[in-house]
Amino acid sequence: MAQTLYDKLWEAHLVDQREDGTSLIYIDRHLLHEVTSAQAFEGLSLAGRSPWRRNANLAVPDHNVSTLQAERAAGLAALPDPVSRIQLQALDDNCKAFDIAEIPLNDIRQGIVHVMGPEQGAVLPGMTVVCGDSHTSTHGAVGALAHGIGTSEVEHVLATQCLIQRKMKNFRVQVTGQLPRGVTAKDLALAVIGRIGTAGGTGYALEFSGDAVCALTMEGRMTLCNMAIEAGARCGLVAVDDVTIEYVRGKPLAPKGEHWTAAEAWWRSLRSDDGAHFDRSIEIDGSAVRAQVTWGTSPEMVASVDGYVPRLAEMPDETARQGLQRALEYMGLSEGMPITDIQPDAIFIGSCTNSRIEDLREAAAVLRGRRLSSSIKKALVVPGSGLVKAQAEAEGLDQIFMEAGMEWREPGCSMCLAMNADRLEPGERCASTSNRNFEGRQGSGGRTHLVSPAMAAAAAVMGHFVSIDDVEAVSDVVGEGL
Amino acid sequence: MRAFTQHDGLVAPMDRANVDTDLMIPKQFLKSIKRSGFGPNLFDDLRYLDEGAPGADNSVRPLNPEFPLNFPRYQNASILLARENFGCGSSREHAAWALADDGFCCVIAPSFADIFRSNALKNGILPIELSATQVQVLFDMLFETEGFRLQVDLSANTLTLPNGDIWPFQIDAFRRECLLQGLDDVGITLESTDAIKAFEEHHAKRFPWLFEDLVL
Ligand code: SF4
Repeated sequence: MAQTLYDKLWEAHLVDQREDGTSLIYIDRHLLHEVTSAQAFEGLSLAGRSPWRRNANLAVPDHNVSTLQAERAAGLAALPDPVSRIQLQALDDNCKAFDIAEIPLNDIRQGIVHVMGPEQGAVLPGMTVVCGDSHTSTHGAVGALAHGIGTSEVEHVLATQCLIQRKMKNFRVQVTGQLPRGVTAKDLALAVIGRIGTAGGTGYALEFSGDAVCALTMEGRMTLCNMAIEAGARCGLVAVDDVTIEYVRGKPLAPKGEHWTAAEAWWRSLRSDDGAHFDRSIEIDGSAVRAQVTWGTSPEMVASVDGYVPRLAEMPDETARQGLQRALEYMGLSEGMPITDIQPDAIFIGSCTNSRIEDLREAAAVLRGRRLSSSIKKALVVPGSGLVKAQAEAEGLDQIFMEAGMEWREPGCSMCLAMNADRLEPGERCASTSNRNFEGRQGSGGRTHLVSPAMAAAAAVMGHFVSIDDVEAVSDVVGEGL
Repeated sequence: MRAFTQHDGLVAPMDRANVDTDLMIPKQFLKSIKRSGFGPNLFDDLRYLDEGAPGADNSVRPLNPEFPLNFPRYQNASILLARENFGCGSSREHAAWALADDGFCCVIAPSFADIFRSNALKNGILPIELSATQVQVLFDMLFETEGFRLQVDLSANTLTLPNGDIWPFQIDAFRRECLLQGLDDVGITLESTDAIKAFEEHHAKRFPWLFEDLVL
């Protein structure tokens, strides 16, 4: 019978299934970080258990690390915030105690767990991948079944190498045509969420397919799958093709020799068969997607940059009206205002959504030879990993950012969730390449507008959001293309 | 895990859609390496007028008088009535820990985000999904009647309203069993140790590259 990609991955990892559909799924790779693992290790200790297969686990500190060079250089012991220090120390200690591989804080391979994983080849096509972080959906870009889990499940995977799951339904998002110039995977992700809503993917595995998706680089596919969770889906998927194979080839933990040949053969079969059944499908015309900007406090509150903030009268019901009213108040916006009138005073380029080398290149292309608008008070560029940082520096991107007046930081989650000192002040408005614009996400009272790296860079220069056409006009004047 | 069979509790409202886990427990509290003590920081940004910090004495902080969970009539509530897509966003189980720690053992909503639902069930919190219309009826009753309570009977899969109406609800059979008996997942899965070992052996033959030593 014709199977979807998700069906194939599920079947290859099914250990046991009860009559009621409750299943035991085998986990190939478990990624860990400091924020959701300590309580799991504690649970393991209390029950006198040890990890089922220690080689399945790989840990890295990322969420709560300082991104300041001086603080990083001084090492963990010198971290000023004692509560964070204890948490980071706990990860080191637990990895040591349970003999789990950890990439330490100042290793060049350290980075956001979802950037580090694929970069190291710790995540491969055909794997089941879990991590105590909802953006584990990112790894579906390589054709892996990857999703976020809670801390109890982290403990469960450590102890049993399995997860108790029910099979999800299949949802295909087919994106036809080609994305216009200057429109990125981030814009596509936001457009999908705008279309199906933040609960649209609940209960589904979301497979992205179609010409516009095939044309994306691996980085772009990761950005797209990363935000599957913002569409309510625990996992996003893209079929394996040449782009995938070439990306994985030569990665440090990728298979070698005979193993590579066998692996590649299996990986090449990881695509949905013709005629496979999807419980839900939508089609999106890629050529009609425009650059997106979120205006509200949920990723589905999004508009194209040449659009406007919705009006209360346009809302279908009372709940939606109240939601809009609350978002407008929190965001300090008025109904019906053009998106291009919104003026950020902070810029954040980073996060597991958009902190890979391609993202930094995209932002740097806009910023080259330009300076931040005087209205921008804070501008951070935070590479996703030490390797991304080194590559960017080799290409001179760091100089472009610093000459523009932005701060070039050490890798970590940073202002995506603002657990460390990188945060917005109450009322501050940020053009951010991250994935969540919830109230207080980037700092209590902070206001977040989710955009692509190019859009964030353009807003940094102009002091307000600008449509791609305007940036190109500006580019012509200054003599640099987008 | 504590077992859940029957519960009679006061209901409190969370009258907004897409309540995310960042809102339930803001990031600064995720620095804790404990599972307990999150209760006073549930909905911290909404609940207090100042900014919360881990380790601070919450009892002396100024409460937001406009936040329903602070109203006298909802004190000691144990059932939260909510809207669509409750618990979306981050996988942080701290959100479920905070709810449980603050005394909630049941959330009623038209829909839940997947990861939150699973986290809740693992912490003895019963997520009950009802139709949007039913939830609206409950909200209307709740706002009209001070001291509005509901009786939840998991062994019968029913909700009893103060007017005597009995509403059935659906829940995954396996999860229901776990809640009724207070079973913990790891224990259940380890009963399948032989099956896991057999699968693993087969898996390692098929995909040997997955079983190499992880050398950094
Ligand atoms: S960058 Fe943001 S979304 Fe990604 S893992 Fe870190 S905190 Fe989560």
